[in-house]
Amino acid sequence: MELFAMTAHELSEKIKNKEVTSQEVTTSVFQRIDAVEPKVKAYVTLLKENAFKQAEAIDQKIKAGEPTGALAGIPIAIKDNMNLKGAKCTCSSKILSNFISPYNATIIDLLKKQDMVFIGKTNMDEFAMGSSTETSYFGKTYNPWNLETIPGGSSGGSAASVSADEAIMALGSDTGGSIRQPASCCGIVGLKPTYGRVSRFGLVAFASSLDQIGPLTKDVQDSALLMNAIAAYDQNDSTSVNIPAPDYTKSLVKDLTGLKIGIPKEYFVAGMDKEVEQSVREAIKLLEKQGAKIMEISLPHTEYCLAVYYILAPSEASANLARYDGVKYGYRTPDAKDLLEQYEKTRGEGFGPEVKRRIMLGTYALSSGYYDAYYLKAQKVRTLIKNDFEEAFKHVDAIVTPTAPTAAFKIGEKTDNPLQMYLSDIFTISVNLAGIPALSMPCGFTKNRMPIGLQIMAKHFAEETIFKVAYAYEQNTDWHKEKPKL
Amino acid sequence: MNYEAVIGLEVHAQLKTKSKIFCGCSTQFGAEPNTQTCPVCIGMPGVLPVLNKTAIEYIIKTSLALNCRVNPMSRFARKQYFYPDLPKNYQISQYEQPVSEHGYLDVQVDGNTKRLGITRIHLEEDAGKLLHEVGSRQIDGSYVDLNRTGVPLMEIVSEPDMRTPQEAYAYLTALKSVLEYLDVSDCNMEEGSLRCDANVSIRPIGQKEFGTKAEVKNMNSFKGVQKALEYEIERQIKATEDGERIVQETRLWDADKEMTFSMRSKEEAHDYRYFPEPDLVPVVVEEKWLAEIKQALPELSEQKKERFIKEYHLPDYDAGVLTADRTISEYFENTVKGYANPKAASNWIMVELLAQLNAANKNITESLITPVHLRMLLELIDKGTISGKIAKTVFEEMFISGKMPEIVVKEKGLVQISDEGAIAKVIEEVLTANAKSVEEYKAGKTAAMNFLLGQVMKKTQGKANPGVVNKILKEKLI
Amino acid sequence: MKITKKEVEYVARLARLALNEKEKDKMTAQLDSILQYVDTLNKLDTNNIEPTSHVLPLNNVWREDVTRPSTSREEILANAPDQAEGFYKVKKVIE
Repeated sequence: MELFAMTAHELSEKIKNKEVTSQEVTTSVFQRIDAVEPKVKAYVTLLKENAFKQAEAIDQKIKAGEPTGALAGIPIAIKDNMNLKGAKCTCSSKILSNFISPYNATIIDLLKKQDMVFIGKTNMDEFAMGSSTETSYFGKTYNPWNLETIPGGSSGGSAASVSADEAIMALGSDTGGSIRQPASCCGIVGLKPTYGRVSRFGLVAFASSLDQIGPLTKDVQDSALLMNAIAAYDQNDSTSVNIPAPDYTKSLVKDLTGLKIGIPKEYFVAGMDKEVEQSVREAIKLLEKQGAKIMEISLPHTEYCLAVYYILAPSEASANLARYDGVKYGYRTPDAKDLLEQYEKTRGEGFGPEVKRRIMLGTYALSSGYYDAYYLKAQKVRTLIKNDFEEAFKHVDAIVTPTAPTAAFKIGEKTDNPLQMYLSDIFTISVNLAGIPALSMPCGFTKNRMPIGLQIMAKHFAEETIFKVAYAYEQNTDWHKEKPKL
Repeated sequence: MNYEAVIGLEVHAQLKTKSKIFCGCSTQFGAEPNTQTCPVCIGMPGVLPVLNKTAIEYIIKTSLALNCRVNPMSRFARKQYFYPDLPKNYQISQYEQPVSEHGYLDVQVDGNTKRLGITRIHLEEDAGKLLHEVGSRQIDGSYVDLNRTGVPLMEIVSEPDMRTPQEAYAYLTALKSVLEYLDVSDCNMEEGSLRCDANVSIRPIGQKEFGTKAEVKNMNSFKGVQKALEYEIERQIKATEDGERIVQETRLWDADKEMTFSMRSKEEAHDYRYFPEPDLVPVVVEEKWLAEIKQALPELSEQKKERFIKEYHLPDYDAGVLTADRTISEYFENTVKGYANPKAASNWIMVELLAQLNAANKNITESLITPVHLRMLLELIDKGTISGKIAKTVFEEMFISGKMPEIVVKEKGLVQISDEGAIAKVIEEVLTANAKSVEEYKAGKTAAMNFLLGQVMKKTQGKANPGVVNKILKEKLI
Repeated sequence: MKITKKEVEYVARLARLALNEKEKDKMTAQLDSILQYVDTLNKLDTNNIEPTSHVLPLNNVWREDVTRPSTSREEILANAPDQAEGFYKVKKVIE
């Protein structure tokens, strides 16, 4: 097997045992990028020169017998909304197309401590707003399983890079499903950790009360390894939680005896995609076979999640994106006669249609006379949604649902109908509203050989439960070993 | 018709923390443009704020000193508007749940005490500065300096309880004194560490409803606030009497023309779109913490004034002058440490020192005469080493050079002559030279005595002890 | 209609977004359909429900009042679209 096709834990073993060097792994990954990137277009920026410098330094360290991190020498791709000092951080937007980060996100410092190698910055929906990576200013990313379909979004570049073996692992961010839905579309493992588990410092904010960084990996073990690296309290993020992170690899056990898994009836509704339903139902049966107790549960406010999300997220975004004004950094319109025009043209020209739509929606929801009817109302319903989960987790340890209502759809299919596009996130959004962790992993294929995702949720800070369920399932299936033909 | 004014003030005071409210950049005033910034205060993509604990402590202190109710939970909110000095284009401020509410401040106006309500006190971040010219050179465009961005700012909103510009002035003076006593703000209006906007309206005396208010901005001194209000009240009365309608608007005070002008802004009506700041968590103030801060509150001017009257037996007036400013009160107390005549110290500070400082445009903290040196000077007078008159000469030298009084006295040979033999000898000489005056005195013209005394002082260059001279002179003339 | 073109124009000004006529029309229609959808929330009685701003019950997170070196001016201004004499430069503010 080619080095680029391996998992991080396989490569780590080989690097530690001095069977291969980080430089060899990095070379393999860049050869793969040369071969398939023209088709997939997962990256916005490649950091080739720097990656080799890093790999060389890490190999030196290993050679000298110095202590190295658990993921030493592993090449990783970073979503282009995380600041990596000296590299562009564009958020796939024209307005930040020339912005060079003057500082590192906390997760970048953590990965550096692990001696990981940064391959490049991956494409995404502009400012993480979207479910298909079609809104990027730099062009679309293509699903490695079928180049006519979307890779999901907004972390579509990160998901596609891992799926296409253009990266060993990747980081994404998830505000309403932006890690899990592309992981589902691309047939890989994606985890959105508990809100506050991973520092947001240096992650370009979309919706601050929902955003969370998480791993996109080839299997569950890699996900646990990457979580070990990034889950940490950070004094620079006031919403970071000061609870020590466990060793997540300790949860990688096969036994599910006694574990109670809830199946929310609201996620299995009449008219849902038959192939998706069948795969997920089969997955549930398998979990039962592994010793889990399956129980039907209810999350009664599920139908309101999307509406709540499409008020809260755009409202926060409208403020978060106000700073892009052409004064301190980023794009500025070349012709404006006064400051007002400079602002309006810079932002009018610098943002794409989806971002503008959400800024408008959020600005409207917060504007004088509408705050109570929209923003406050949505915050109150958010409480009800959160309560649904709290109630459910009194009875079950984990909840299992489909990740997305369908497998990856055709490029262009939903670009003209925002509401249809938003419905892609219908199963993932509740998790962000409640702040709980959830993981998506492959659980089958459609007849067109497109991956289907299984979503596993747990209560706040119960990532270990998720890993346990996911690992037990993965150990008894082979979906994660399937590779797209490119 | 007779009108009365209704005035409310919004005071912004920069807190004296070392670092900014949400990042570690220095708050030092006067640095080169854009040298005290970082990704956080400049609002780079991806940064997050972390609250400065001292800023919260300072605002709680202030709240307690201003008799406010500290909310058990307060929250931050984003106030949104676009302006180049506001890098995120929203200001992190407080809206629905400020740090404290419902306080008051007692002020003295024309010898009466008036209680003025304080609506709320909240914490927010300051904005940067926008320049339209450098020195006197016009720029094509505007310059932005973000050093001030993120300096912690406390907004103190008063109730519309003031009725005259004098009351507004008294409120500001009293408020400044409190903030200085607490040592939470520099209160320097020229450097912008204290800013004041005024809301003012008029109504016929006896009417309960408020009139339409104007917001007056751009005053850069307390006197300026008073003058702006005087002007604005007159303007509103005149306009009303001329049958014009007062419109709600923002007006700028022009200190040179001594007039207010409508801003006539093309801006849309303010729609700040406040919402809770998701990047910061609530501040919870428990009883225990509040009690600790209360315990550690310093004595404020009113309490100190009472104590000065009791402890140092100072007249009400002296105690008032000495405690109006914390630094003056501290100077006084350092001067009288172990010194038996506080009233003398008070006189010297009030009459000589404050006048000299005022003339030199200096603060008492900048005085070259230290409290210890002033005490030494007073002791020299008490011991009779120098006369009160000579002491003034010594004082002037000390004020300029900062030298110890003994050294000045020695260098200038100003030691008082109290030796009876030496004085008697000088008196003999004077009597001999002024036989005519001696005769006049003996003939009953008592005024001649003063002339002779003056001659003795003149001959000794003022150094003769006046008491001794008096005594010997009388003996010799009998 | 939940939102009119006039409101769209007002909101666009608040958000400092230049929109052409075509964009305004499209935006009005799209926002209207989203807002119609959001109306579903009004089916719920939320009178006695507390709003959720933070999903975790954190409070009193702060730092000590300690200064840290600032970023150099060169680094800070490196991304500026326009700068002069150590300042960011913008078009004149028209008051």
